[in-house]
Amino acid sequence: MSLVLDNVSRHVAGHTHVESVSLTLERGSLNVLLGPTLSGKTTLMRLMAGLDQPSAGRVLVDGRDVTGVHVRNRSVAMVYQQFINYPTLTVYENIASPLRVAKRPKAEIDAKVREAARLLKLEPYLDRTPLHLSGGQQQRTAIARALVKDAQLVLLDEPLANLDYKLREELREELPKIFAASGAVFVYATTEPTEALLLRGNTATLWEGRLAQFGRTPDVYRRPANLTSARVFSDPPLNTMRVHKRGAQLVLATGEHGAARGVLSALPDDSYTIGFRADHLYLQRPDPEAIAVAGTVAVSEITGSESFVHVDVGTDRWVAVTRGVLEVEPGERIEIFIDPRRLFVFGHDGGLAAAPPLVLAA
Amino acid sequence: MARIELQNLAHSYTAKPAGPKDYALKPMDHVWEQGGAYALLGPSGCGKTTLLNIISGLLVPSEGRVLFDGRDVTEQPTEARNIAQVFQFPVVYDTMTVYENLAFPLRNRGLRGPAVDARVREIAALLDLTPDLNRRGRGLTADAKQKISLGRGLVRPDVAAILFDEPLTVIDPHLKWELRSKLKALHRALDLTMIYVTHDQTEALTFADTVVVMHDGAVVQIGRPDELFERPAHTFVGHFIGSPGMNLLPAEVAGRRAVVGGHALTLARGYPHLNGGSRVEIGVRPEFATLAPAGAGLPVRVRRIDDLGRVRIAKVELAGLPLAATVPETLSVAGEEASLLFDPAMVHVYADGHLVEGELA
Amino acid sequence: MDKPVNQGAWLLVLPVLLIVAFSAIVPLMTVVNYSVQDTFGNNQFFWNGIGWYQELLDPTTDLGGRFFDALWRNLLFSALILAIEVPLGIAVALSMPREGWRVAATLVVMALPLLIPWNVVGTIWQIFAREDIGLLGWAVNRLGIPYNYTADPLSAWVTIIAMDVWHWTSLVALLCYAGLRSIPDAFYQAARIDGASRWAIFRNIQLPKMHRVLLIAVLLRFMDSFMIYTEPFVVTGGGPGNSTTFVSIDLVKLALGQFDLGKAAALSIVYNLIILAVCWVFYTVMTRMDSGRN
Repeated sequence: MSLVLDNVSRHVAGHTHVESVSLTLERGSLNVLLGPTLSGKTTLMRLMAGLDQPSAGRVLVDGRDVTGVHVRNRSVAMVYQQFINYPTLTVYENIASPLRVAKRPKAEIDAKVREAARLLKLEPYLDRTPLHLSGGQQQRTAIARALVKDAQLVLLDEPLANLDYKLREELREELPKIFAASGAVFVYATTEPTEALLLRGNTATLWEGRLAQFGRTPDVYRRPANLTSARVFSDPPLNTMRVHKRGAQLVLATGEHGAARGVLSALPDDSYTIGFRADHLYLQRPDPEAIAVAGTVAVSEITGSESFVHVDVGTDRWVAVTRGVLEVEPGERIEIFIDPRRLFVFGHDGGLAAAPPLVLAA
Repeated sequence: MARIELQNLAHSYTAKPAGPKDYALKPMDHVWEQGGAYALLGPSGCGKTTLLNIISGLLVPSEGRVLFDGRDVTEQPTEARNIAQVFQFPVVYDTMTVYENLAFPLRNRGLRGPAVDARVREIAALLDLTPDLNRRGRGLTADAKQKISLGRGLVRPDVAAILFDEPLTVIDPHLKWELRSKLKALHRALDLTMIYVTHDQTEALTFADTVVVMHDGAVVQIGRPDELFERPAHTFVGHFIGSPGMNLLPAEVAGRRAVVGGHALTLARGYPHLNGGSRVEIGVRPEFATLAPAGAGLPVRVRRIDDLGRVRIAKVELAGLPLAATVPETLSVAGEEASLLFDPAMVHVYADGHLVEGELA
Repeated sequence: MDKPVNQGAWLLVLPVLLIVAFSAIVPLMTVVNYSVQDTFGNNQFFWNGIGWYQELLDPTTDLGGRFFDALWRNLLFSALILAIEVPLGIAVALSMPREGWRVAATLVVMALPLLIPWNVVGTIWQIFAREDIGLLGWAVNRLGIPYNYTADPLSAWVTIIAMDVWHWTSLVALLCYAGLRSIPDAFYQAARIDGASRWAIFRNIQLPKMHRVLLIAVLLRFMDSFMIYTEPFVVTGGGPGNSTTFVSIDLVKLALGQFDLGKAAALSIVYNLIILAVCWVFYTVMTRMDSGRN
């Protein structure tokens, strides 16, 4: 089944929750809705499910207009951030509940429940009630319950947000395998870019109720259509600066300049905003043509595997990440480097003017 | 000043604890030095919040003592200890303005007028709250509310330690960075002891100078972030810290040689012959296991490659044993056959979960 | 969430609609009809147009005078019981236990007065407050305080107010208790750390969080007390004199005592409209609070 949102908007009491969003989700695809809180992820999911009606636009399933159709008559399953399970039923009964409502034969219910329990590693817990389960197990039960429904549309609204970091990692690894087996359209909402990257599939970046970009995850990551999409899809936050291109030179707002190389050379002379992620801000000169920028260290953070250095450059605050341990003192004046070949360039309207090629020639 | 000492501290929620299982917090001794930035890191249920509440006075431990600068405060309520606490859910008095929120603890202690005003403005400036001073507490964003919660703690002149209980849980990822650097900058500027409880290793490792890793009510390892990363003393620390966690492979170790899945490895240190009853594993972090073209190192089958933006992680199998490894930027992987190179200095040996010290040859 | 639309459901509702029409709407129309006639119920009708209404709303006339007096009594009564029941209810809610077996026991005890039929409440107090055989009445008089609700208007007022407080404070208390229970522990802990006094905790945490349930409690109590009939009727019958004659009591007197149906009908319509107005205020404030909160 394919799901199409055709220019949907939803306004509630004067507030715009979602504005003019169009999305096409193909059968068997995993689609991530990425954006901060209140960017419209939950609203969009509710519109897809039929829990809410759009104020404008249509929802189409397999080409049929289902905009007015209530969720009961659609094939939808939903998993929430808070572990929602029937507190008095055992895990087995919880998973079986949608099948019992649909009055499936006993043998079929048993087979499906056990299969779902196997996929989500719940077999030892089938006799327990949710109160006696850990957070991770409760959420697995909720996911299993959503899976047995064999719904054509499965919606997961930040399902791992209330779990411990390590549990999140575990489940995140397992989920794509479980999804792949199903063949339904999966929609997964999250605030973390890393999750979008790990889940692969397609990503839609959202900001303040509007769709910034939708496409295959690596494409959205490496070729952001606009500044908003790049910002949403960056963790640590995107480093930006106003620049001016004059002929073969790129002049930064802080005064430093360097050669406008790579895709930059083809741009018309104008002022732009450059964007680059933390891993493309270098603490050591990566190559002779890199542009050196002077800055003051604000904060330095070490995780053991990586070091994050926050640097004040002019009026901007940049973050650089590097592998291993790097100790710098706050207040220290340092030189950091940007590689003109690895910059995203955005025009006045925020749209992408140039992006580095996916494979960089050495 | 707040040098916090825990002496033989333990806590059980049952009246007569029978054995280790009944203890939420197993007996421990620890000193939190004045002005240190500490993180209490561990999974849910490891006892970190219990420990934090004992230090702050919201919970009285069933055994042991808590000393602040040598003074026994075990039985004393929170108000009598000079600490402040920031909770997971922002606590802001809705009906008061930001200014009044910040002034609240001072007014409760009897301060008035210009002294209050000066202090409130000082703290507001430190937290970038000055433009919001006249706004009502009700409509603010989560991160602003957390800053106010923090501000109410900082504003008290007698406060010597600030305790954080998973404060960034409800904050968006973008703002987490801001708040974290703000906390770190604050720690440098003010000479306060800060103890930060979390299950998120990035938060713990970036914030703290000393990280206390807890598991099942006990302290597993204490050390600097890079120590915990490069030399985990316990396999739990190896697993819990690092994303993905440390690879643990069953092995036979003798001298400087380890045999893993039928393949031999040379180790950086020499070990006595280990086996005979204990579970021996070698541990190596994915950051120190690099994927290479077939033939260069240990032969592996590549199951999957995850592109995390700034690094690619490969999930491989060495003789059937699962491993995670880093893929160098310049390597393009075709097909399933590849090999693995380890950084020998970062390969550790564990017996029954504990790190075995080797002898440098 | 948008609710499902099921046209078939109308068929199920039809019988109820018919019954309501028969038992409520038709009689209501009859009353409206009576209110514009002059009649004593003996099937003789003289058209009076809006005459009764004019008289009713003119305090200088007999009817109008009665009406306004009764109205002021109602308002005074409502104001007094709110002034007592709301703070008392909050105080009781604050002291109710939060955990353990005492919670269930307290809730049962608090609920008891609410379960007693209203005329039984009236009867209890009627006897309880009698100065000859009633425990309260006798005890108060023995203490030297002159107390006789059948003869003294002040005593009568004190009695019915005490009765209402006894009857309904539990409702306010239970509502406030529910509101208090929803406050997360972190707030109390943070307040302790801030060094807040008991009063400061009440003012800054508990009262604001109870804001919504308090509003419900106040509006419920106001509406109920404004419509009060049974309890004061059983105790004092509207006396002594007409010192406790509320609008409802006066209405019954007019309709069933004097059979002055035209005037009674007009009075009941006006009374109904006043209560509808209060309901509307209730509804608007509640929904505005809801959307304001979201």
